[in-house]
Amino acid sequence: MKVTIDNLSKKFGDVIGVENLTLHIEDGEFVAFLGPSGCGKTTTLLTLAGIYKPTDGVIRFGERVVNTVQPKDRNIGMVFQSYALYPHMTVFQNIAYPLKLKKVSKADQHDRVRQVANVMGIGELLDRRPGQLSGGQQQRVALGRALVKEPDVLLFDEPLSNLDARLRLTMRGEIKHLQKDLGITSIYVTHDQVEAMTMADRIAVMSGGHLQAFDSPDELYDRPKTQFVAGFVGNPPMNFVDVSVQASNGRFFAETESLRLEVQAARGAPPASYDGPVVMGIRPEDIQIASNGSVSGEIFVVEPLGREDLIDVRVGRHSFLLLADTEDRHQAGERVSLAFDMEQAQFFDPKTEKSLLWQ
Amino acid sequence: MSEQAKSSDSSVPRGILGSNALKSYLGAYGFMAPAGILVIVFFLIPVAIVLYLSLTNLASSNFTSNLAIMEFIGLKNYQTLLNDQFARKIFFNTIFYVLVTLSIFNVSLALLVSLLTTHIDRSAGFVFRALWILPRITSPVVYILIWKRMIAEAPFGIINQFNEALGQPTYNYISTNPWVFVVVVNGFIGVSFGMIIFTSAIESIPKDLLNASLVDGSSKLQRIRYVIMPLIRWPLLFVVTYQTLSLLTSFVEIQLLTDGGPGLYRTEVWSLTAYHRALSNYFGNAQWGYGSAFAVLLVMIGVVLAVIYMRVFRFDELIAEPRVEAL
Ligand SMILES: Nc1ncnc2c1ncn2[C@@H]1O[C@H](COP(=O)(O)OP(=O)(O)OP(=O)(O)O)[C@@H](O)[C@H]1O
Ligand SMILES: [Mg+2]
Repeated sequence: MKVTIDNLSKKFGDVIGVENLTLHIEDGEFVAFLGPSGCGKTTTLLTLAGIYKPTDGVIRFGERVVNTVQPKDRNIGMVFQSYALYPHMTVFQNIAYPLKLKKVSKADQHDRVRQVANVMGIGELLDRRPGQLSGGQQQRVALGRALVKEPDVLLFDEPLSNLDARLRLTMRGEIKHLQKDLGITSIYVTHDQVEAMTMADRIAVMSGGHLQAFDSPDELYDRPKTQFVAGFVGNPPMNFVDVSVQASNGRFFAETESLRLEVQAARGAPPASYDGPVVMGIRPEDIQIASNGSVSGEIFVVEPLGREDLIDVRVGRHSFLLLADTEDRHQAGERVSLAFDMEQAQFFDPKTEKSLLWQ
Repeated sequence: MSEQAKSSDSSVPRGILGSNALKSYLGAYGFMAPAGILVIVFFLIPVAIVLYLSLTNLASSNFTSNLAIMEFIGLKNYQTLLNDQFARKIFFNTIFYVLVTLSIFNVSLALLVSLLTTHIDRSAGFVFRALWILPRITSPVVYILIWKRMIAEAPFGIINQFNEALGQPTYNYISTNPWVFVVVVNGFIGVSFGMIIFTSAIESIPKDLLNASLVDGSSKLQRIRYVIMPLIRWPLLFVVTYQTLSLLTSFVEIQLLTDGGPGLYRTEVWSLTAYHRALSNYFGNAQWGYGSAFAVLLVMIGVVLAVIYMRVFRFDELIAEPRVEAL
């Protein structure tokens, strides 16, 4: 089912939950809401679920305007961060609850619960109560309960954030697989960008109740339209430096007192025509420690990540995060020279924080 | 035997172990002492005295504070009580009063008020609940005076003034419907206790759980039935138990409103009888011994009921298991 959100606002008195949100979500699409804590993700989700009434704006499921439709008449399934399983019901009763409310016959309830439980791999747990399950098992039950009534739209509110890292990885794959299999339009709230990047077809990046960007993961990563998006998407985060971009003889240079880096014309021209210094962004993987590097600096700290080392290099008063092979055994205090891959550099207007390269 | 084996295996010398255990015992009793002393002084000792008194024929006519002279008459008071033609009536009065007040007001209305006030705007809900607490925090004498003024005979009673104004006949409510008013007057006080317990129980159900029910397809009423009610089972049982016991022993409002009348024992309840017999010069003679027998029976009924409730509702299990948060 298509979900269309137009100019949606939800305010709690003076507090803005979400403001002026416009999103058009295609049928069968998997969309992630990504943003820091308190940016309005849950509020948006609960408004879609019908728990909150929108202060303003229009929500459509398909062609139907659902602004005032009760949650029970929206045919949605929702998975909560806290799982929200009914503690007094067994796993079977938990999953059967939406069916019971739909007045599905006892025999059909039984069949459908069994079927969903088998898909979720919780077939042997049906007689237990939520209190007797591990977090991962509870999560599966919650997912089963959301799926059993074959909803038109699935809503996830940080469903994996209480699981350990390993289980999160497994469940991530399973949810994505299941979603593609069933083709149910899904909205997935998370503040974990890896989750958003790996699972979603498109990501809505939110901040302070406002939509910052709505694009595919690749687009967000390679062509961020705002500095917020550039900094929020990607781990470790993008490095930002204030530079002034100068043109001389058809060549472009990004300069500070301790740096001078050549930028190719396509990337250099827009910031060069900007009046004053701009913010340059460069991702850690686009900086290498190389003997023929054009910039020299000193290693401030080395953080081993296992496969790679995360290294903080100080150049003048700037600091750059970059990744290096653990084999190279870099040490704090070592002097190194850096090579920048300026084909990947981003430039932002320091006042509006908008990209100077992509609109 | 295994205990011994364990302690001799242990590398810790016995003497130290012993004194540590002693210390922790003393510590535990030390902390329990204030509550323990209060219970002993204000409950156990009075119960023992009343129990003893119930085995004597002490009355204001043969008063003595000398235990040696007090006439010990064994179970004679209890015999008299069992053969007392009014004791039976009073017993059934008490059951009627407790059951009706408890079921209509202390539980049902309390539940209704909590459910309604937690489903409307928060501050409006708060105001309504505050109103329901007024009868409880008003001094009983003032509260009963208000009611008496309301239901007094014409031309003084407020309800009767309305009756007159509307051309209706007037009534002497206390003599026509004493039970209605005994139950209502006590019920209005009783609502607040359950209401506070139920409201806090409902409010402490995690929001996600309540939202999940709506998303799963329930109406608000279905949510009350399938989610809220099962989750407040413990407080519900607690209120039933606690309020049964407190209704059994409460008599001040009845005393002030009807004093057990009109007529002979029409609204007299057990605890009020104990008071009347022992302390109020009903027939010009306070029968301390006989009144104590009533009191002792009431305590016994209370204890038996409490034990039955605990068994039937399996309180120990309910308390041991985390309740609403059992996730
Ligand atoms: N019921 C409410 N009443 C008042 N303010 C609220 C309410 N719910 C949310 N808010 C406010 O709305 C804003 C957005 O909250 P929301 O719960 O949507 O954040 P979120 O993006 O889900 O954050 P998190 O990642 O921490 O879950 C916050 O400032 C929050 O304080
Ligand atoms: Mg949230």
